[in-house]
Amino acid sequence: MRRFPWPVLVVVAALCVPAAGSRFYTFLANDVIIWALFATSLNLLVGYTGLVSFGHAAYFGIGAYTTGILMKQVGVPFLLAFPAAGVLAGAFALLFGLFCVRLTRIYFAMLTLAFAQIVWAICFKWNEVTGGEQGMPEIPYPDLAWMGRLPLLRDLRTSDHFYLVTVVLVALCLWILHRVVRSPFGRMLTTIRENAERAEFIGVHVRRYELAAFVLAGAFAGLAGGLFGIFNRGVFPDFAYWTKSSEVLIMTLLGGMGTFYGPSVGALALILLNQQIVSYTEYWPLVLGTILVVLLFGFPGGLGGALELLGRRLWRPRRA
Amino acid sequence: MFLFLIAAGLSLIFGVLRVLNFAHGTFYMLGAYTTYQLVQWMGVSGGRFWLTALGGALVVAALGGLIERFLFRRLYGKDELYQLLFTYALALILSDAAKMVWGTQQKSVSRPPELTGAFNVFGAIIPHYNLFIILLGPAIALAFWLVLQRTRVGRYIRAAALDRETLGALGVNVDALYTWVFVLASFLGGLGGALISPMRATTPGMDTEVIVEAFVVVVIGGLGSFWGTFLGALIYGQVLSFGILFFPRFSIFAVFALMAAVLIVRPWGLLGRPLR
Repeated sequence: MRRFPWPVLVVVAALCVPAAGSRFYTFLANDVIIWALFATSLNLLVGYTGLVSFGHAAYFGIGAYTTGILMKQVGVPFLLAFPAAGVLAGAFALLFGLFCVRLTRIYFAMLTLAFAQIVWAICFKWNEVTGGEQGMPEIPYPDLAWMGRLPLLRDLRTSDHFYLVTVVLVALCLWILHRVVRSPFGRMLTTIRENAERAEFIGVHVRRYELAAFVLAGAFAGLAGGLFGIFNRGVFPDFAYWTKSSEVLIMTLLGGMGTFYGPSVGALALILLNQQIVSYTEYWPLVLGTILVVLLFGFPGGLGGALELLGRRLWRPRRA
Repeated sequence: MFLFLIAAGLSLIFGVLRVLNFAHGTFYMLGAYTTYQLVQWMGVSGGRFWLTALGGALVVAALGGLIERFLFRRLYGKDELYQLLFTYALALILSDAAKMVWGTQQKSVSRPPELTGAFNVFGAIIPHYNLFIILLGPAIALAFWLVLQRTRVGRYIRAAALDRETLGALGVNVDALYTWVFVLASFLGGLGGALISPMRATTPGMDTEVIVEAFVVVVIGGLGSFWGTFLGALIYGQVLSFGILFFPRFSIFAVFALMAAVLIVRPWGLLGRPLR
C-alpha cells in the first residue's frame, strides 16, 4: 500500500497561497520556504552526520552574494545565477571543510565559526564587490514575464511569480536532499553519527563522507541564500554573521534534528511565531530564548519529537 | 587588556566545564549596566567608583552562580549542542532583559575623579584611566594565577579540569566547585564590563561583539589554558592594531584568519593541551 503523499499535498497547498491574494501571506510563505531549505541543509550535517556546524550562515551568505552580484552587476539570467550560488557555496564548503572535518566536536564547531566570521569580515569590508557595510540593495527579480502570459497566473504580481518559482525550486531541492538521506550514502552518514569509530573499522573513509556531507549542506545552503537575496531585494553582510548561524540551528532544533521534515516545521513555527509576537512586543529575543530553554529542558526532540510522542500516546489505546 | 579579563572567564569555564559559554559576553554587558546603575545611585566621587565596579561584578557573579545552580546543572552530561544552545538562549534572554530595564539609549559612566587626567607619552595622550586598565590587567592575571596555583580551591579547579570523576571520588564536592567556577568566571566577565564602562559607551549589542572577540582570544591562546589566554589577548591586540595601521580594511579579517590558522595547526591553541 502506498503511503499518503503528504509532501505533494504540501507543495500544492503552498502553490495556492498567492491565490488568496494577500501580499503579506505570500511574503510570509516565501520566507518560511527559503528558511526551510536552509534549515534542512543544516540538518544534513547536525542531525544526520552529527557534525555541529556553528557557521552555516557562511554558505547562505556566499550563495546570496553570488546570485546577487551575478544578477545585479553582471546581468546574468537567474537560470545561471541560481545554480552558481550552489556551486560557489559548495566550493567554499569544500575548501573550508577540508580543514574542518579533521577536527572533532567542539573544535569543529569553532573552526566553522571562524571560517564563517572570515566570510562575514570579507563581505563587510570589501566595498567594491560586496558593497561593504551597506550591503547590496535592489537585486532585480528574475525575468518572469513568461509566467504572466500563462493562464491562471495572469493577474499575479511579480513577487507572486517569484514565490511560485521558489516553491518549485525548494521542493526540488528538498526532494534531492530526501533522496540523499535515504540513499546508502545517507545511511552511512547516520552510521558515522552513531559511532564514527565503528564506521572506521568496517572500512568507511569517515572524513571523506563527512566532507561530502559538508559540501552538500553548504551547496544547498548556498541555493537557499541565492533565493533569499532576491526575495529580500538585497544582500547584507549580516547574512553571514554568526547570529544567523545560531538562528538556523534553533530552527533545526525546534523542528527536531534527524527527522527529515523537522527543520521545515521548525522554520514555519519560528517565523510565524516571530510575526505574531513582534506585533505585540519588541522583545522577540526574550521570547525566543525562553522557548529555547523550555525546548532544551522539556522536549529535546523538538516539535517533531513532541508530536511523535503525542501521536504515539493517541494511537496506542486504539491499537490495544 | 580588559579583553583578557573577559576571555579568562570564558577560558576558565571551558577548561573546567568543557562548555563554551555564549552568555559570557552578556555577563560582561550586565557588568557594565549594573555599574552604570550603581553610579547613578551613588555617584563616582570619593572612591565610590571602585565600590560600584566591584558591586557590578558581584551582582553578575551572583547571577552566574544562580544560573549554574538551578538551570545549567541539569544539562551536564547531555549533548554539547544543548549546552551551547542553552548558553545562547541565556544570552538572548538576559540581553533583552537588559534592554527592557535600561532601554536602547547609550549609557556612559564618567571616569573616577582620581584618574581623570592624562599623560603625554611621546606626543600621544593617554588618559590615566586607560593606563590604569593596562596595569590592572596583568595584576589581575597574576592574582588569578596565584589563586589557581597556590590555594586549595585553585588546586581543585585544576584537578577538576583534568579529571572530574576522580576528584569526586577523592571526596571533593565537585558540584559546589562547579558552581564556584561559574561564579568566578562570571565575576571576571562582570568586572571586565564594569571597568570598561568609563571608557566605552554601554549599549545593547555590545555583548555579541565582545563574545566573538573573546572567543578568538581564547582559541588562539588555548582553551582552558591560563597563560594562553593572556598571550591570546596580547596577540589579538597586536594583530588588530598593526592590521589597522598597515591594511585598515582587512584587520578584522586578519584576526579571524589567525584564529582559523591556529585551529587548523594546533586546535588546542598555542599554549593549550590537547583534549583526550
